[in-house]
Amino acid sequence: MPGLGASFGRGGATDFLQALQHADCILIEGSNMAEAHPVGFRWVMKAKERGAKIIHVDPRFGRTSQLADVHLPIRAGTDIAFLGGLIRHVIENEAYFREYVVSYTNAPTILREDFQDTEDLGGVFSGFDPQTASYDTTTWGYAGDGAAAQRDDTLQHPRCVFQVLRRHFARYTPEMVQRICGIDSEDFRAVAETLVQNSGRERTTTLCYAVGWTQHTSGVQIIRAASILQLLLGNIGRPGGGIMALRGHASIQGSTDIPTLFDMLPGYLRMPHARAHAVTLADHIESGGRARGWWAYYDAYLVSLLKAWFGDAATAADDFGFAHLPKLTGNHSHFATMLRAIDGGVDGLFVMGQNPAVGSQHSGLQRRALASLKWLVVRDLSEIESATFWKDGPEIASGELRTQDIATEVFLMPAASHIEKEGTFTNTQRLLQWRDKALEPPGDARSELWFMHHLAKRVQAHYAGSTRERDWPICHLTWDYPECGVLREPDAEAVAREINGYDVSTRAPLPDFTALRSDGSTACGCWIYSGCFRGGVNQARRRDPGDIAAPGGWVSPQWGWAWPLNRRVLYNRASADPAGRPWSERKRYVWWDDPAGRWTGYDVPDFPVDKRPDYQAPADALAMDAISGDDPFIMMPDGRGRLFAPSGLLDGPMPTHYEPLESPLPNALHPDLDANPAAIRWQRPENPLHTTGDPRYPIVATTFRLTEHHTAGAMSRNLPWLAELQPEMFAEIDPALAADRGIEDAGWLTIETERGEIEALAKVTPRIRPLRIDGRLVHQISLPYHWGFAGEVRGDSTNDLGALSGEPNVSIQESKAFTCNVRAGRRAGPATARLADARLDRPVASDEDDPAAEYPSEIT
Amino acid sequence: MPGSRPGARPSAFERARRLPILGRTLDWGMGPSAASSLTHEAGSRIAGLKVTESVCPYCAVGCAQLVYTRDGELVDIEGNPRSPINQGTLCPKGAASRQLIQQPGRLTKVRYRRPGGTEWEELELEQAMDMIAARVIAARENGWQEVDRQGWRVDRTLAFAHLGGATLDNEENYLIKKLFTAMGAIQIENQARI
Repeated sequence: MPGLGASFGRGGATDFLQALQHADCILIEGSNMAEAHPVGFRWVMKAKERGAKIIHVDPRFGRTSQLADVHLPIRAGTDIAFLGGLIRHVIENEAYFREYVVSYTNAPTILREDFQDTEDLGGVFSGFDPQTASYDTTTWGYAGDGAAAQRDDTLQHPRCVFQVLRRHFARYTPEMVQRICGIDSEDFRAVAETLVQNSGRERTTTLCYAVGWTQHTSGVQIIRAASILQLLLGNIGRPGGGIMALRGHASIQGSTDIPTLFDMLPGYLRMPHARAHAVTLADHIESGGRARGWWAYYDAYLVSLLKAWFGDAATAADDFGFAHLPKLTGNHSHFATMLRAIDGGVDGLFVMGQNPAVGSQHSGLQRRALASLKWLVVRDLSEIESATFWKDGPEIASGELRTQDIATEVFLMPAASHIEKEGTFTNTQRLLQWRDKALEPPGDARSELWFMHHLAKRVQAHYAGSTRERDWPICHLTWDYPECGVLREPDAEAVAREINGYDVSTRAPLPDFTALRSDGSTACGCWIYSGCFRGGVNQARRRDPGDIAAPGGWVSPQWGWAWPLNRRVLYNRASADPAGRPWSERKRYVWWDDPAGRWTGYDVPDFPVDKRPDYQAPADALAMDAISGDDPFIMMPDGRGRLFAPSGLLDGPMPTHYEPLESPLPNALHPDLDANPAAIRWQRPENPLHTTGDPRYPIVATTFRLTEHHTAGAMSRNLPWLAELQPEMFAEIDPALAADRGIEDAGWLTIETERGEIEALAKVTPRIRPLRIDGRLVHQISLPYHWGFAGEVRGDSTNDLGALSGEPNVSIQESKAFTCNVRAGRRAGPATARLADARLDRPVASDEDDPAAEYPSEIT
Repeated sequence: MPGSRPGARPSAFERARRLPILGRTLDWGMGPSAASSLTHEAGSRIAGLKVTESVCPYCAVGCAQLVYTRDGELVDIEGNPRSPINQGTLCPKGAASRQLIQQPGRLTKVRYRRPGGTEWEELELEQAMDMIAARVIAARENGWQEVDRQGWRVDRTLAFAHLGGATLDNEENYLIKKLFTAMGAIQIENQARI
């Protein structure tokens, strides 16, 4: 999500699914939407019925491609080259939306003199330290900050963002796109023109993406490239425009909003870092807050969180308990934790609704890590692989591990299903929807809410009365949720009320986050969700679609509740021109009502509702006073969308094409570099990576989802209907490659990497076709990843093939592009037997953290 | 009713259908005439059942579901036609979600595997909770770090970790983050980055 956050201010899809019907063009890339989000795709089809052009860019011709007007096959992992080509096309042909770009983006802002581009430094930006493979981002700043910012609205100054961007992408020509992506330059030009023709005052284009963009070592920068393109075309904040991030799980957006992620606190506040900003609350707030723009209220949000957690014990005199929070010293992500477990540094692990034994990248390593734990708690609906690795994993079959020797104590706890508990999911469009409880869970099955509540009570009872400083957060943790029914289920609405926030003295629910204060008078568990219990009403439980035929009725603002403040299209101030008038009647959405003196429209305006469009911020203004009436990106200190991101990213202020960590080809743009120089490689014997161009692994592998299965299959392989529809693991390979290797359609093939080998049935099909790149034929294979060694239908796990790798900003792995080899026939032995010897001579557990894996010190 | 939705069927067809005798032939094998008398007598299996509003647990589109139950038994799960997002439709997974609840092998008892054990054993839920609490407390005590090796204050434990799915509720994630952070854990993760 940092890609969207660093560009616009918030880490969420800018639009909502129903808004897709009003797009004039939809570019779907990094997503197999028709198969992975079938019901969401109906809104793409609605747009098509209304005449919109649908473009699908994907290595594989799937159902999405079938229903699109255009399908461009692309080499997996080269999306920045493609999007960079579009950016160049828009700039060089002066096809950008000039008034939008000058007024609403940082295109005119002048950069520091000492900034140097990848084009000047052979592929890295200024500030790169090859020793640590990381950047000092100082030189990426503006020439003057805040009131001292310098701008050139003619966009001619050589150091203005627009000119820097133009030079940065100058080499991303259609011919270069063809050379890197394998896309015919004429096909590319046609798509570029389609986007241009369907953007501007009268028309809007939406981009849709999913994990086909995020799961790369440059994943955040791919989304940055999309953001830059949409800002240049003037498509952000407008109906039928924006960037639709398609999340893959019912509440993946919610899982980052209220993060079970190591580096964040609820609402995208930062976990304190031991070195950078943990000493005092004031230090932390100063490093996280902003003098200008919405983040100026960071202190109110953090103090209100501490009040929600520590209640009366959180006092101003004691920094509201801030100093008691645990502190980061580096990368403590899932992969780092599992490597620590292999080294014997983790006693226990809770796995709730996850299945790392087949669902996480490099599953063979994950299973070995599970076998290194002292105890493991798995909570799920059925006996998933992560709970049974000790008796039927491939490492048991190979003899590498013996069941009797695995010391891991395993608790497999039956979980409640989605209809056996109540609570909210946050969907892909930031919409919170409450589920009522239809049934009691069977037997000893319980919700995670129940589990955490009753675990907390036991832990608090154990530490009751302790005066040790380390126990202060446990002893003072507010935990008074009422229990309901014979199962003593905690009241989910009581938790939701705490998330919404309340007045500390009256316990009255807060109307929204504008009521939050930094003096300890308010408590709020997640500031961006404040308002979800406005007026004491569970807003997420609302089920009124409204009159969808009325003007703007398709927004359905009374159905559920979207963060922030029930806004459905983010940055919607930008749907009006600087003077506050709709850019066109056709794209009317939010506008300034001058007689009434307020912003109005079909949605909740994403702007101070009574701030006049002609308000000009005084030079010394602070907080929201520093945001002028024509600055639509209110989370940003200057109120502008970022073509160039001076902060918030660790691997560059602008996207640059790098090859995937594993690629058959060298980097055509930067021959001295292959992959993202800041990528995390987790270099260990257990995690061998293929070098660029390794002749043993000449084929590009990518992964995809089937409609009938869900992720690693724990929620689909045991369902008889779904299991029958997609019973077996298969691989899609092209006819030329199949002929070359003697692989027959419906026959077996084996796919191998240094991590493991798996077998699958071959689907020999032109759906995946070789691309001619630089005079060479590059073959790609496409793998679903839904199978494992337990469940009603079983099969080899694609995740046994991949290596651990990390995008620098978010540590996501590169599972959408890696190299492999294929051969006819079944595998020779258990999947990951080849790694058995790699576990010898491993290092002892270390508290030291990899300095190259530091985390962003800034929010925006 | 789908048949009464405007535009669901060409109006020319509707007009032809209203013709006296010829019209009736157009209904052969379609609409009400497609159902056998047995089906007519059986009626709708969801008629008169308790309806609960829910949301599909698979992808993040957020399709609204209607859950039909009879006397505490799940009968069916269908798309909610009032939802502005899915307007009554569900994909194959959402349409099969009844089987997620009623799947073969659905766990209802705690299973326990002792260190070195070769088989599952059963545990009472309360006993399992006591044992888990004892282990997480012991891990915290054994692995507590007040300062790291450079002397920076860290107030944490790396001895236990959490990996959550993204099909948990916001309220559940909130309690996970709240309790485990208060206990000093920082390795709290989910599949958002997996």
